[in-house]
Amino acid sequence: MRKINMKKFGKIVVLFALVLIMSVFAASAGAAPVLRMATTTSTNDTGLLDYLAPILMTDKGIELQWVSVGTGAALEHGRNGDVDVVFTHDPEAEKAFVDGEFGVEPRQIMYNDFVVIGMPSDPAEVKGMAVNEALAAIASKSAPFVSRADRSGTNMAELRMWAAAGIGEPDRETWYIQAGQGMMQTIIMAGEREGYTLTDRGTYITYEANHGGNPPLVILVEGDESLRNQYSVIPVNPEKHGNVNFELAKSMSEWLASPKVQQDIANFRLEGKQLFFPNAE
Amino acid sequence: MNYISEGFFQAIRLIVFMDEQTWSAVITTIRLTTLSMFFSLGIGIPLGFMLGYFDFPGRRGLRTIVDTMLALPTVVVGLLVYSFISNRGPLGQWRLLFTVQGMAIGQTILALPIVIALSASAVESLEERLRLTLRTLGASGVRMAVTCLYECRFALLVAAVTAYGRIVAEVGVSMMLGGNIKWHTRTITTAITLETGKGDFALGIALGLLLLLMSFALNAGLSCLKRREA
Repeated sequence: MRKINMKKFGKIVVLFALVLIMSVFAASAGAAPVLRMATTTSTNDTGLLDYLAPILMTDKGIELQWVSVGTGAALEHGRNGDVDVVFTHDPEAEKAFVDGEFGVEPRQIMYNDFVVIGMPSDPAEVKGMAVNEALAAIASKSAPFVSRADRSGTNMAELRMWAAAGIGEPDRETWYIQAGQGMMQTIIMAGEREGYTLTDRGTYITYEANHGGNPPLVILVEGDESLRNQYSVIPVNPEKHGNVNFELAKSMSEWLASPKVQQDIANFRLEGKQLFFPNAE
Repeated sequence: MNYISEGFFQAIRLIVFMDEQTWSAVITTIRLTTLSMFFSLGIGIPLGFMLGYFDFPGRRGLRTIVDTMLALPTVVVGLLVYSFISNRGPLGQWRLLFTVQGMAIGQTILALPIVIALSASAVESLEERLRLTLRTLGASGVRMAVTCLYECRFALLVAAVTAYGRIVAEVGVSMMLGGNIKWHTRTITTAITLETGKGDFALGIALGLLLLLMSFALNAGLSCLKRREA
């Protein structure tokens, strides 16, 4: 009697498993065309893509699926042909990507800016300085500075700023902490170590909101021309990878640059603040 | 500090009023683990039986290799499978990257050594007498294997539960091969990583508790079944 129950139960489990497994394989049938995109963490973590994806679905009937990684990794996905389009913010790496014929028809979409944040007590006294002077002051005072150190767009911008400040990459300095993590973890680490860091404004606003508007770290340097953070979209070259969906990628890129969507981007608010400034031509 | 207590309250809220996004992550987790368990048990138990039952040259070396594979880091499996199923890799034309099926390949590889090693140990520990009795009764090869495996079914259950624990808790393979795509490949563990990345610790803790609760339900069900049968 007991054994019969066991067998019955076993059959039910196997049946259940088979139904589940079949549902996995049948899941994608008959849905809207899917566009795969690799993008940077800031477009995802600020909620911009969650805001834009339903609009793209309504306007064009395209389902946007994205993976959010650092810009370096996003471009690598594009090089491998694992995505149809990339949406990143590192002009130099993007130029190399297009020069290598991995991507075609790059298009500028929007910008925001980077800020240098640190403790309100500001031990290196950088408040209100230009970025170059601020970084030089941090280095000469050996004040803790936490770097993304992950080849993301923000990290590459930071490295260019150190070079512009006349300091090589401060690789082995004890005050230079290489986190190797995403933007928010890096800010949190800077807070714990009472140091400085460079962040995009969007992630900082999210951080500010997480601390109920009273965060441990505050903006010290902003508004400098070299702090500008440009985002571009690049379809992956179909001649490199025959099975990427170039038509969808192109139509999404044009859609992002259209006046209506540019206005939508400008209307996107986080905690009541505008995060991205459209500048497509 | 209050994010810890907040996490507990949010977990209760999350479980009681399951929103669509959380539900999608739960379903993806269940689909993925079911698929991975199906393949790892289906491949692993026969291999484990052969390794535990038959005596052949090089058997000890093989066991050592399997035992070593128990320590395989998830990111290494992720990277390895990535390079195979990437569009540039040898299996690229199937476009398995960033799909649940692709993730299941990685998790199956992760779970296989556990299933093989533990079921081999289970078969090894069977009494020699059973084998002799079966042989005297004239049982055929398949019949003998089925009886042996049935005799050590509780040990096989332990193997399955251990393998399940490994794959349901891992994040390296899921993140690298799934890409954490919302509504598609976002599992509970990759969602926790994302929420931590966004600085929402409370939601991360809540999701962690939800995952534990799911595993608890599964284990409670199995223990119930075991008690009834024993």
